[in-house]
Amino acid sequence: MSRAPAHSPPAAAERSLAVAGLRTRSVADQGLLRVASGPARGRTRYLVGALSLAVVTLMLFPIVVSFLSSIKTPAEAAASPPGYLPSVLSIDNYLKVYQYQAGLPTYLFNSLAVAFFTIIFCLVLAVPAGYGLACFRIRAKEALFLVLLSGLMVPYQALLTPLYLMFTGLHLANTHIGLAVVHTILQLPFSVYLMRNSFEAVPRELEEAAVVDGCNSLQALWKIFLPAVRPAMVTVILFAFITSWNEFIGALIFMNKETQFTIPIMLVGVRQGHFGAIDWGALQAGVMIAIFPCLLIYLLLQKYYVSGFLSGALK
Amino acid sequence: MTGRGGWIGLLYLTPALLFVGAFVLYPLGQLVYLSLTSSSLLGGSEFIGLRNYIRAFTDQTFWHSLQFTIKYTVYITPILMGLGYLLALLTAGTGAIARFTRAVVFLPVVIGLGSSSLLWFWLFDQQVGLFNKLLQDLHIVSQPVVWFVDADVGLWAVIISVVWKVVGFGMILFVAAIQSVSPEINEAALIDGAGYWQRVRKVTLPLTYRTILLTTLISAIGSMLAFDQFYIMTSGGPKSETFTSVYWMYQNSFIYFKLGYGATLSIILMAIVFIAAAVQIALTRRGAVR
Repeated sequence: MSRAPAHSPPAAAERSLAVAGLRTRSVADQGLLRVASGPARGRTRYLVGALSLAVVTLMLFPIVVSFLSSIKTPAEAAASPPGYLPSVLSIDNYLKVYQYQAGLPTYLFNSLAVAFFTIIFCLVLAVPAGYGLACFRIRAKEALFLVLLSGLMVPYQALLTPLYLMFTGLHLANTHIGLAVVHTILQLPFSVYLMRNSFEAVPRELEEAAVVDGCNSLQALWKIFLPAVRPAMVTVILFAFITSWNEFIGALIFMNKETQFTIPIMLVGVRQGHFGAIDWGALQAGVMIAIFPCLLIYLLLQKYYVSGFLSGALK
Repeated sequence: MTGRGGWIGLLYLTPALLFVGAFVLYPLGQLVYLSLTSSSLLGGSEFIGLRNYIRAFTDQTFWHSLQFTIKYTVYITPILMGLGYLLALLTAGTGAIARFTRAVVFLPVVIGLGSSSLLWFWLFDQQVGLFNKLLQDLHIVSQPVVWFVDADVGLWAVIISVVWKVVGFGMILFVAAIQSVSPEINEAALIDGAGYWQRVRKVTLPLTYRTILLTTLISAIGSMLAFDQFYIMTSGGPKSETFTSVYWMYQNSFIYFKLGYGATLSIILMAIVFIAAAVQIALTRRGAVR
């Protein structure tokens, strides 16, 4: 693993150690570090630094200039040729988004309500399923597990047409619950997978203690297991939120009434502006509002996010 | 507890199984049935056998959309994987600069594709877009590029924006793979006097091969299902040249209200994706056994 010390000995010392045959653990790690981050010697070290700086600049450029445009005056945001920096600071673009059609609070509420139900559905379905799969002997368990993962093999985009018919019949079109169901279809395989792994990782001793205490399976789940799998639940919640908040085509199809739009669909409307002219300033303010919660979550909960990402995508 | 009765365990699985049955498997059957009818969102539905499939076969826009989607996938996947791997090599270390760069590259992965597409739609604009201004200021182009009047140029604009948005996806998976390469192997190569790129080629790449393969598949499937970025940035234009498969399905089902035909297009698309996903799962299971 990559537990290389942050302050590594200089290359010369390392070489002499290697020559002396004293290949300690830290030397091995040093070797990894070099493979990992390039030969950290002399000129190449500066090259790596310069490259990193260039990459960071390029990646941040779009978000930074979009933010700067969102705080320009509407006229300056629409100016051609454009400037990088605002000459006067203004919150007019944000006010415009705030007052757009049914008003930003309505759209924020829609997005949050859909995300909330998505989170609830994912937890209510995936936590027991993970528990059942990990802690019980079930006939044809792996086949049932595959059924639960079938959402991975069937792209949900293909299901949108029959789902739309079904939801129109059930009066679920244009409802928060309806769209949350679509988002749960999307998110359930990952959630079940993660919960199963997490329940399986609970130490056997804890399980046995529960049996000795005479807990039934529900009590054991509640008292012993849930506290132990809490990090996985946080990851499930996190991903359910981000998926739901960002999801586009489902929201576009199922929320076709203006008062029911979620934030991404509202944004497309904001771009249209009035009389066909694109309102560039308001659009950037809208983009900032849409990406803010995602960035905040990423910055605050990066550890959960990245680890969930790694365990879900490949293993 | 592993020894407990199976039916209790099954009880815990039931809610999720019912959900999948009602909202994945039932609609799937419904989809197959719909594809054999002339269902319309405006009402009316007749069983027409395979006529929708025959129609897809002769539908120029369908073939073009499929071709375009494959072209998009074939262009963007190697870029995403290659750049992702190079970025992973650059940032796989544990130093502060590497970790910071990695965090920044991964950042756009968490924002919505809809938001990022709208952001880039603005950046690419020939009048107010700052990407054009940046290119001009760096003397890469002398005139602002008009990105969305030509299908090919538009495609590249979309590719640039999506690469920005998802390159961190591959990178983070590659970083994890590179970091789990045993230090001893690298050390041995180092002592044998292998140079940096030699070690990358002979040690790191072969040992992270499985991750590369799986990430490529996941990424390619994702690209085959592209919709948001084209809906927002090109609206399928000019002249229906940038419709993707999902977009053409959406257009038929929800704009032209031809649900039956839309269902047929969905099934064809699904078949293509299913094959790729089956390969992915087969590879994953083989890896789990090892």
